Amino acid sequence: MMQIIGTWIAAGLTLAIFSFLYKDNPFYKFAEHLYVGVSAAYAILYVLYFDVKPLLVDKFISEQGGERWILLVPAAFGLMMLARWIPKVSWLSRWSIALTVGIAAGLGITGQIQGILLPQIRGTLVPLTTVNNVLMVVGVISTLIYFYFSAAHKGALRYGARLGMVFIMMAFGASFGYTVMARISLLIGRLHFLVYEWLRLVK
Amino acid sequence: MKKEIPLAITFITGLIIIVTFFIPHQPLGTMQQRLLIWYSIVLGFTMLLGMDSLLRSNLQRIARRSPGWPFALVLIIGFLGTLAAGIYTWATSESLLSLGSSFMYVYTYFIIPLQATMFSLLAFFIASAAYRAFRARTLEATLLLITAAVVMLGRVPIGAEISQWLPDSASWIMEVPQMAAKRGIFIGVALGTIAMSLRVILGLERTYLT
Repeated sequence: MMQIIGTWIAAGLTLAIFSFLYKDNPFYKFAEHLYVGVSAAYAILYVLYFDVKPLLVDKFISEQGGERWILLVPAAFGLMMLARWIPKVSWLSRWSIALTVGIAAGLGITGQIQGILLPQIRGTLVPLTTVNNVLMVVGVISTLIYFYFSAAHKGALRYGARLGMVFIMMAFGASFGYTVMARISLLIGRLHFLVYEWLRLVK
Repeated sequence: MKKEIPLAITFITGLIIIVTFFIPHQPLGTMQQRLLIWYSIVLGFTMLLGMDSLLRSNLQRIARRSPGWPFALVLIIGFLGTLAAGIYTWATSESLLSLGSSFMYVYTYFIIPLQATMFSLLAFFIASAAYRAFRARTLEATLLLITAAVVMLGRVPIGAEISQWLPDSASWIMEVPQMAAKRGIFIGVALGTIAMSLRVILGLERTYLT
């Protein structure tokens, strides 16, 4: 019974969102606001259950000695973040922000070097034995030239940047096509739900 | 002191992360992992700030009877209802994501259809945007048009029915020119991120403190 009610709710919400194709209307606004409220609560509970509880609460209960008490440090930083609610001590939240920004900046350096920069350079340094490999190297270098703004795009740089633009446009076109297909796939999924699961027009 | 201490915290934590990357031995070895755990915990607390902000702004809309205030009420009811379902599941089930729980019911019959339909709507708006952007007036627009059309047709069965050339070309576009340009962009973004991170750690970039 609950499943049938759920299917009707899902179908109603699906049609309410699709009604925006006609024009902005109260049904769409209802579904839109419901989506924000439900998603926000879902995200909050998800983070509290899968991050804060196992990493802080459960560990504080299970750990012993120094490992236990050191958990008070992130707890204190977390509480300092909530100091924004009290205007007199709201400046304390900067300490928590500073901690997260510092960690993110540190990871920004090590993570980008290890995860993006070196693998991408390694992938570009291929033997120039095939047309595709040559195109790959030329494409990467010309794209980098296009985004190089420390010198005016004149002379050789102009041609490099122009070639880079050609590669970038092809990449954007491909990404666009890929995104459209992903959205169409979602659309087919929703229509499939309406026809097969809700209306059961096709068995 | 209200600015110096946060700057020092940023400098020390950023430096620890970098040093542990190059010296992964004790006592530094576990520091990176420990800081990442702290990061997750502090971010968990920020979710409470987000909740407060969302509820406060919508309650104000209701209290002031601002235009569209009934929708703010819908948002709050949806929020509190999901929160109640989640807390009930947390207290009574083995896991928050237990199959058949009230929290998963909300996820299955509210979040999935709303999210999927919202994103599927973009298919229509992307099509209308494409009509405006893809008029082949310049070389760049023509390239955009051709590659998008080839990738779209090459990824569906009808493309192979028209010609085997379409799926083959779509694969080649994705693997060579698209990959080349993306590599260039990724390398640029990585260099930019590293430069900005260094500025933050060294205290040259302080906008996060304002």
